[in-house]
Amino acid sequence: MSSTDLQIRDDGRLRHFLSTEGLSYGLLNEILDTAESFAGVAEQSVKKVPLLRGKTIVNLFFEASTRTRTTFELAAKRLSADVLNINVNASATIKGETLLDTLRNLEAMHVDMFVVRHSDSGTAHFFARHAQPHVSVINAGDGRHAHPTQAMLDMFTIRREKGADFGRLRVAIVGDIAHSRVARSQIHALNLLNTGEVRIIAPRTLIPAHVESLGVRTFHSLREGLRDVDVVIMLRLQNERMQGALLPSEHEYYQLYGLTEEKLSMARPDVTVMHPGPINRGVEMDSQVADGSRSVILRQVTYGIAVRMAVMSMAMQQNPAQESNA
Amino acid sequence: MPSPRIRIAGGRLIDPHNRIDDELDLYIADGRIAAVGAAPDGFTSDIELDATGLWVVPGLVDLCARLREPGEEFKATIDSECRAAAAAGITTLCCPPDTNPVIDTPAVIEMIHHRAQQVGGARVVGLGALTQNLDGEHLSEMFALKQAGCVGVSNALNPLASTLIQRRAFEYAATFDLTVFLHADDAALSANGCMHEGHVSTRLGLPGIPESAETVAVARDLALIQQTGVRAHFGRLTTQRAVRMVARAQFDGAPVTADVAVPNLYLTELDVIDFGADYHFIPPLRTQEDRDGLREGLRGGTLAAICSDHQPHEPDAKRAPYPATEPGASGLDSLLPLTLKLVTENHMLLHDAIARVTSGPASILNLPCGELGRGRAADVCILDPDATWRLDKNSMNSLGKNTPFLDWEMRGQVRYTLRDGNIIYSRD
Repeated sequence: MSSTDLQIRDDGRLRHFLSTEGLSYGLLNEILDTAESFAGVAEQSVKKVPLLRGKTIVNLFFEASTRTRTTFELAAKRLSADVLNINVNASATIKGETLLDTLRNLEAMHVDMFVVRHSDSGTAHFFARHAQPHVSVINAGDGRHAHPTQAMLDMFTIRREKGADFGRLRVAIVGDIAHSRVARSQIHALNLLNTGEVRIIAPRTLIPAHVESLGVRTFHSLREGLRDVDVVIMLRLQNERMQGALLPSEHEYYQLYGLTEEKLSMARPDVTVMHPGPINRGVEMDSQVADGSRSVILRQVTYGIAVRMAVMSMAMQQNPAQESNA
Repeated sequence: MPSPRIRIAGGRLIDPHNRIDDELDLYIADGRIAAVGAAPDGFTSDIELDATGLWVVPGLVDLCARLREPGEEFKATIDSECRAAAAAGITTLCCPPDTNPVIDTPAVIEMIHHRAQQVGGARVVGLGALTQNLDGEHLSEMFALKQAGCVGVSNALNPLASTLIQRRAFEYAATFDLTVFLHADDAALSANGCMHEGHVSTRLGLPGIPESAETVAVARDLALIQQTGVRAHFGRLTTQRAVRMVARAQFDGAPVTADVAVPNLYLTELDVIDFGADYHFIPPLRTQEDRDGLREGLRGGTLAAICSDHQPHEPDAKRAPYPATEPGASGLDSLLPLTLKLVTENHMLLHDAIARVTSGPASILNLPCGELGRGRAADVCILDPDATWRLDKNSMNSLGKNTPFLDWEMRGQVRYTLRDGNIIYSRD
């Protein structure tokens, strides 16, 4: 079963959300439209809709996360679902309980949805493959493979800033593409939304093999890569990357790939600057840029809740648009 | 029990080593080939096997099969796998030293031999550890291991600590005329990798094993082989470039041989695309060009053997996210039909294909088997070349049911297997 078959129901609707790869233009836009309808919920005094009342959602995090887990939790609560957070440190699973045991045990407690994060690529697929028919799985990040809700909130942000026509946009992703699940999901989503040009900018040590097969143009110079772009997405550089032989020093990385006002001047004047957070100020970008008028970094966090509400409700077949049509 | 006098009558006898392919009867007595064609004077048979419409070929020799005993009997046992091998026409299995305990003392190899003899299925030979406990630093007692019957030495999948230790290990093995069996891998380049580094690993975000992990190791190993003069064998090559490097070294006269595992002849990195744990192999499945290069190396003889790289697992070993699964496939059951498939798909001539699973590996192991010459051990596989069957959990005899070839239609089915003149498998 391909991953596309796995995440889509027979009627074409979303069953699991594992990866942006293989989804359709229509479905991605449906996610964005649904998120748009939820964006207003947060501004109401009662920040809740009853779509998932009585449903139980488990946030199953095998990898530390504050931001992503919190936004998933808020999204679930605003949909009126019951939420259980389980942080499993690796040692508990090493003791002998397999991941499959964990899944089966939680299913026995009548859980309706799993939000899963794990350091192994393919974990969300594994859960989806073995889950019972009524259970949905949302990928909250698996290894270096995918982080589809992050990518969709970035698409939502771009659509809000630049409009729905991605065809006229040049988007550059800067930083550690090789180890980034966010970058992979962004690249697939941008291409599915017919983005005019997707660029990646990084030294060769941070670019994975045959990356052009994902549908991107590669640059090694930040200045050249930023020329005339409409959106620049900076990736977080994990500290451990500095310890191997991938990069010589933070200093040299900042010199070459750190985003400054001066380098940003190569881009279009109305360029939008994004970052999935948390930012290493003075490494990936200058504070002046991070806090500047073209930065939408905090808005990304806000939109994250609406996008996750959209994906959760769609996977549970509780799309408000559909209900009003009925 | 003395072995019976057997006449195998009416079959097509194919013995690539002795350049025989004809309708000839085979006569067996005292566990050996007594005659080919005409009966020896005064021969009377205890058993007549009617091979009309069947092929009679040497028993297969498999250069790399993990039996999981001692140490991992929950995956498979010597008993289960020696019987499975017999049912697959395999009469000699060579097991690598990474058992638990490791084959680094005579006691372990003697125990394995003893168990295999009790089973009465395929013959088992073993490789001794090149270093103690495969630690990569301290040479094992290779002379003692050779005396105990080890047919070669190997560090299995474990790296050696340095090129200096590798040089010393090669020199010491060469002192006792032992063949060193190598896994061509630069451990630093392949570290944490779980599939071929290429566009599929990039798409799936799986840590990759670059081609250079193999080619760098082959270059290094060849340099030390040429310097020390040790006889060496590269097991399970996966890349076209490595095959060409070995071909060049052979042309230059280096005492080096190589083999390929069945999965790499049919599958590629593309098969991993849905995180399928049955496609998780170390060394990994490579590109289509590599697969074609391996077939070419097999045709031309650079690769003198096809092995099953048999790695039976319990179901849980494959029930996890891909990177957390154990690599390898159960391969005994499919070795013969997938070797014959190379012929039906026109990648190889029949005689060459059969040689790659009989005389080729026997010669690498320096064993007097893999052929049907008079006086040789009567290791024989009698098969129906046209019978088709489906590979599935019921048709597999190995205890390990983990295979990427599940539900493939197989052509060629074993009817009888004889080892040392005894019928160790009969389909009837």
